[in-house]
Amino acid sequence: MSLTVVQTLDLKGLSCPMPIVKTAKAMKQVSSGEMVEVFATDPGSVADFQAWCRSTRNTLVESDVTDGVFHYVIQKR
Amino acid sequence: MPYTELDLEMKPDEGNEDEHKLVIFAWSGDLDRVWPTLILATTAAAMGWSVTVFFTFWGLFPLVKNDVRMTGDNWMQRMMSVMNRGGTDHLKLSKMNFIGAGPKMMRKLARDNKVACPQELLAEAREMGVHLVPCQMTMDLLGLERANLIEGLERPAGATTALLEADGATTLFI
Repeated sequence: MSLTVVQTLDLKGLSCPMPIVKTAKAMKQVSSGEMVEVFATDPGSVADFQAWCRSTRNTLVESDVTDGVFHYVIQKR
Repeated sequence: MPYTELDLEMKPDEGNEDEHKLVIFAWSGDLDRVWPTLILATTAAAMGWSVTVFFTFWGLFPLVKNDVRMTGDNWMQRMMSVMNRGGTDHLKLSKMNFIGAGPKMMRKLARDNKVACPQELLAEAREMGVHLVPCQMTMDLLGLERANLIEGLERPAGATTALLEADGATTLFI
């Protein structure tokens, strides 16, 4: 499976629930197996992205933080 | 009836989309209640849940169009609409309202923190397929016509519809 990111979302500065809402909308547009990359600064997003991926059964491939910017890579199931 | 092997094979994960439902009874028209109602509704929709918000009593006023000044057929309903103006732009805080200064400060804080305002969340909710159902009885009681309310709502309904939706769903009364 090719691990290509098909869309990158810059959601820096946005607060709950918009990072999840915007990510969910973007995930609707991509096909199964494709990945979406998200940049966010909401500290609550760490728990929320895990919970969202668990409930929607998408895969949180990557989750890290650099200089206060959270970075997530999600693969659509 | 005894389980056959076929039954057991069919059971796990077969069509297991386990449709999760959230039904919110939005009773309050206060800014600090409408806000979390819409945050929860949009988030649940983002999680793929089926979401219905049933707007009743004071909860109906946020659905009034922002430019509608007065509603009602008689002096009681009209007075109520003047004292309690509808629309997402005119919501009051349940505490620290300070004749409207409180909500202004709250909205400024929200803007500064890039927190989506109720109007924006309401638009998101509609776009994401959240079912927004006005309570017909309250509309009659408070003198709110369908034309006074924003677009994109479901057909006004009653308690039976709300309870039927709520059956087996996660329910919140806010």
